[in-house]
Amino acid sequence: MGLFQTKRRNILPGFGLSMGYTVFYLSAIVIVPLSMIFFNTVPMGWEPFVHAVTAPRVLASYRLSFSTAFFAAVFDAAAGLLTAWVLVRYRFPGKQFLDALVDLPFALPTAVAGICFATLYSPMGWLGETLIKWNIEIINSATGIVVALVFIGFPFVVRTIQPVLEEVEQEIEEAAHCLGATRWQTFRKILLPHLFPALLTGSTLAFARGIGEYGSVIFIAGNLPMKTEIAPLMIMSKLDQFDYAGASAVALVLLLISFSMLLVLNAVQEWQQKEYR
Amino acid sequence: MGIELQNITKKFTGYTALDNISLSVASGELLALLGPSGCGKTTLLRIIAGLELPDQGKIILENKDTTNLPPRKKNVGFVFQHYALFRRLTVFENIAFGLKVLPRKERPSRAEIRDRVEHLLKLVQMDWAQKRYPSQLSGGQRQRVALARALAVNPKVLLLDEPFSALDAKVRQELRRWLRKLHDEIHVTSIFVTHDQEEALELADRIVVVNKGKIEQQGTPQEVYDHPVNAFVYNFLGNVNVFHGRVKNGKVSLGPHHVDAPDELKHAEEKPSQAFVRPHEIGISRIRSSEADLTGTIREVRLMGGLIGLNLDCEGFEHTVDAEIPRELYINLELAKGDTVFVSLNRVKVFTGDYVI
Amino acid sequence: MLKPTTTESGPIVKKRVSDPLPIRILLIGAMLLFFTAFIFLPLGLVFAQAFQKGWTLYLESITEPYALEAVKLTLITVAIVVPLNAFFGVTAAWAITKFNFSGKAALKTILDLPFAVSPVIAGLIFVLLVGSRTPFGSWLGEHGIKIIFSTPGIVIATLFVTFPFVVRELIPLMEAQGRDEEEAALTLGAKGWQIFGKITLPNISWGLLYGMILCGARSIGEFGAVSVVSGHIRGQTNTIPLHVEILYSEYNFTASFAVASILVFLALLTVGIKVTMEKQFKKNSIHHQD
Repeated sequence: MGLFQTKRRNILPGFGLSMGYTVFYLSAIVIVPLSMIFFNTVPMGWEPFVHAVTAPRVLASYRLSFSTAFFAAVFDAAAGLLTAWVLVRYRFPGKQFLDALVDLPFALPTAVAGICFATLYSPMGWLGETLIKWNIEIINSATGIVVALVFIGFPFVVRTIQPVLEEVEQEIEEAAHCLGATRWQTFRKILLPHLFPALLTGSTLAFARGIGEYGSVIFIAGNLPMKTEIAPLMIMSKLDQFDYAGASAVALVLLLISFSMLLVLNAVQEWQQKEYR
Repeated sequence: MGIELQNITKKFTGYTALDNISLSVASGELLALLGPSGCGKTTLLRIIAGLELPDQGKIILENKDTTNLPPRKKNVGFVFQHYALFRRLTVFENIAFGLKVLPRKERPSRAEIRDRVEHLLKLVQMDWAQKRYPSQLSGGQRQRVALARALAVNPKVLLLDEPFSALDAKVRQELRRWLRKLHDEIHVTSIFVTHDQEEALELADRIVVVNKGKIEQQGTPQEVYDHPVNAFVYNFLGNVNVFHGRVKNGKVSLGPHHVDAPDELKHAEEKPSQAFVRPHEIGISRIRSSEADLTGTIREVRLMGGLIGLNLDCEGFEHTVDAEIPRELYINLELAKGDTVFVSLNRVKVFTGDYVI
Repeated sequence: MLKPTTTESGPIVKKRVSDPLPIRILLIGAMLLFFTAFIFLPLGLVFAQAFQKGWTLYLESITEPYALEAVKLTLITVAIVVPLNAFFGVTAAWAITKFNFSGKAALKTILDLPFAVSPVIAGLIFVLLVGSRTPFGSWLGEHGIKIIFSTPGIVIATLFVTFPFVVRELIPLMEAQGRDEEEAALTLGAKGWQIFGKITLPNISWGLLYGMILCGARSIGEFGAVSVVSGHIRGQTNTIPLHVEILYSEYNFTASFAVASILVFLALLTVGIKVTMEKQFKKNSIHHQD
């Protein structure tokens, strides 16, 4: 029982009190509630569990959630790198304003983002009207979900790359130039490898967030069974039918995947620190 | 006795920071704990202050066992390496802090606190900075405020943890002399930790050399510098030339050269030894003055301010020899790179044992 | 006032090797295009829709009783959630940054949990814990306590989603500040609460305030988790975002966007405060004015 015990008697006061309250609060708000998923899934037994999480509709929702989150993360990586580059490297009027707006997706309630994109891309919306003429349908499609997730995940990438890019020593680049490297070569061979861990971290965060995202997606997705139902929505609809065990089963799978991604992310960060410190 | 440490031992996971250290410091003494980084000297200081607890041993301050007292009851003043000033409080409030947190019964009145703080500010020559915040001061000024803050509570003991190491070379020297003067005025029992031998030699009444959690030697700066007890202390206190040789029949052989062995090795059986000579204890001359002189060729000349550094190839020696001579001698002898000169080893210190540099 | 004498130099302005003009224009243009599609258009749309039918209807939409009830419920939630999470944040940050103990890494991982948990799952777990069909929930129900489909449910789901905001702001701040000042106060004779009140709390006040603002912003806007536990009872368990959703699904777009515009305004305010406070941080780390 060495957990949460100080390694040596520490001289600052208040360890027992602060640690005790922290553990109590986390248990009440996080650990006990989260464990309910486990306790609701276990009594199901193995076969009903497998049955619940491999039902065609559920599988389709997992596939959709993962593929849309993945494409959104890839798009975010590109757009985020571009934005971070421009914000760190260039000076132009309005730069601070744009920099501040990067955080908007963090601050804006997801439901608001949801209705905005649904209206923008509706057949009568500002963008939907034009796109429908070219036969591009965004609303009620996987593409629409990707659009919403790009918005949600974008700041994760920018805010992870920005500090790294700011800290790149100018001398490294100058040295590369002096050695005769072109601008593009310097970027590809020197900067990109340096930024890569941050880029990976940022897009993994965006990906993880995208898998669980609900509010911004449901309005634009249309929620057609087998086609545009995301995994969190499956949990929602099982809850509406009071199928608690089924909802827990779907949630458990989603949680396990999210946690393993967190672990991967931690490993990436450790690797990053070892590599560059 | 000001401070008495008895058998202090402290282990951290994987290594022993302090191994059975006993030490006494006289009242009013200024003592330097000198050693390389990681030798345990800072841990020892923190243990005296109560910021760490020893695994074993006793700490007696002014004849009172304080081993198990919490730091706030120990009545020690502690000066931190990085000042640790309270960044949200002004200089005045920083110094007054220790008085203002006293229990109501013991707390001096407002006016008394003001007088005391102003007195201390004058003492550390910072009375102009009362209303400044720490971030508005230079490193040297911050450290003086930190010192005043530590003195405000009338500590029985003043502990300084590498107090000057974060400062520029010039400020460091200034502050060092100023601290010596201050100590002569207020005479509070003080221990300061340093890894800078010059600082220790210049400032302290007594030096304790610590290595790997053990005390290697203690004594006045003169004693420690002139009579180091082992190779580590000798080497740590300044630049050295090392010669590997053997002790035999009361003589130590250094290449082709022999010197008398120290008394304790006069009758020792043959064994490997190390001989040390400090660069400034090497004589350089154009004429051979004794048979013991070596012949050397100047390989390199370095300007070092008042001294000139010579790097010499000496006949029969594997490694080059470093010598430092006064600038005047250098000019008088008209020395230049490539010249052949006679080299005398004026003071050779011989140690046996397995200490390796 | 005299120029402070300090040894620290100001921020070094680095001159970068800049890209050629055409590349700069191309990249800035591409970024602006992205911002237009994903930020400016949605923002513009909210206000365009909200004011589509004029001021009168706008004001009517945001002052009708159900809207006001939603605002009230949201404010109640924020007023409970933010202080609780702030208190937790300070306590946990104290334990984590001032002491070494085994299990610290695990504890820090738990603080990241809400970011990896879908908001829907965040709601689900509380339905599973205290919903009327669970043993604990029905026991509470017998004693007249209703949590799910009522205000307490909304509060605890929001607590879960927002608990890390304050503590995650404080940990890096307090780690950077170290333990030196607290130890110095200790050697000067200060007691635990004196150290905390006179030294630690003033040192972290900005970070604490900032974390509370982030926590509050998220509490106002949380949708998924609250949506699961609320039951969408108009005038009773509707927060502002839920009200927006209901109006939207009833094709009452103007009212929906009108209410949404309040949330947009608050979001912009949050972003604005963030920028201002970050500037303050930077200034503080160089000089310290009072």
